Amino acid sequence: MKNMKYETALKRLEEIAEKLDSGSLSLDESLKLFEEATELTAFCSSCLEKAKLKITELTEKKDDNE
Amino acid sequence: MSIKDGESSIKAVMFRMSNMRLRFEPENGMKVIIRGRVSVFERDGQYQLYIDDMQPEGAGELAIAFEQLKAKLAAKGIFDPEIKKEIPAMPQRVGVVTSDTGAAVHDIINIISRRFPLTELVLAPVQVQGAQAAGQIADAIDRFNRLKGADVLIVGRGGGSAEDLWAFNEEIVAMAIYRSEIPVISAVGHETDFTISDFAADLRAPTPSAAAELAVPDIRDQAALVNAYYLSCLDSITADVEVRQQSLDIISQRLEYLNPQTVIDNKIQILDMLSQKINDKMNEIFTSKSNSFYQTVQKIDALNPLKVMTRGYAVVYNNSKPVSSVKEVNTGDKLKIRLSDGEISATVS
Repeated sequence: MKNMKYETALKRLEEIAEKLDSGSLSLDESLKLFEEATELTAFCSSCLEKAKLKITELTEKKDDNE
Repeated sequence: MSIKDGESSIKAVMFRMSNMRLRFEPENGMKVIIRGRVSVFERDGQYQLYIDDMQPEGAGELAIAFEQLKAKLAAKGIFDPEIKKEIPAMPQRVGVVTSDTGAAVHDIINIISRRFPLTELVLAPVQVQGAQAAGQIADAIDRFNRLKGADVLIVGRGGGSAEDLWAFNEEIVAMAIYRSEIPVISAVGHETDFTISDFAADLRAPTPSAAAELAVPDIRDQAALVNAYYLSCLDSITADVEVRQQSLDIISQRLEYLNPQTVIDNKIQILDMLSQKINDKMNEIFTSKSNSFYQTVQKIDALNPLKVMTRGYAVVYNNSKPVSSVKEVNTGDKLKIRLSDGEISATVS
């Protein structure tokens, strides 16, 4: 979860919200998903709060990273 | 080529060196103002006009060039709405092709830093005016694509004169934008400045600041979105647990009903009832039997010979046998006469 990017976390959170809303899950699944949703919310909120713009310059080295 | 007015005509040449500096494409019938010199072309023995510079009359050179390039690129389909790429909703990296000294880059950094600092800003500093500008801009766009260095590109500069903005009206820049696999937001000058880049781009922003706002979502909206998802999850789980609690209550009630202890208690109650019934019946039978017994006893009592004797009757015994006829005795027999309160011995005479 630590390496999860905000966008991925947000997407997962949206997915869980939809799954829980569908109401077709066992209690165990629901509770597990809700626990995950709580963690994702905390993660997303902390991402939004702590985010600091990273500024780089386009260099040829980028090729290796991507 | 020849230059004419209403009455006369003269052959004219423009050498490549001078020609290259022209921004517009001279067209047949175009009215022009020419600076140059007249000299003799010795081979043909003719006077010729050697053109150093040529300007369209009326509309400025830049305006003509702009319209010409616009028409040419439009005909090639460079501006077609169908080829416009969608701007990603949440780019991981925003590429910026502009000058690193201008106001534009500072505006973009400020706005993205405030609006969506989760992203990475990748700068490709270029000259945005002067002879090198167009080539550098086109090259930076190509480089971003080659290196897959961004998810969206902002290409532009701050305000300036038409001459200052000219690089963004050059074909090589338009073609680089057209080629770009990465969606491009153009952001040149002010609201009122339109450039060829704007038409070629996937999205035109009126200013660099506006481009920054179009490139990334607002962090406040994101926070609201995260919160909304969480609340939706919370609502769902609360409703879910409630529904389950209700069915649990119903089941628990049914279980209570089926509890062996309850069943046993019920059976015991029935047993008690039955036992009471048996008891009652027994008493009833006993009383009834007892009554009939007493009646019988009374009957028997009434028939008791002793009771008859109290009224003066006696039983006569001969040799311990009761005598019921005179024929059973002989003279001299010793008899015993039993009365209610004793015996009398007597002899038959």
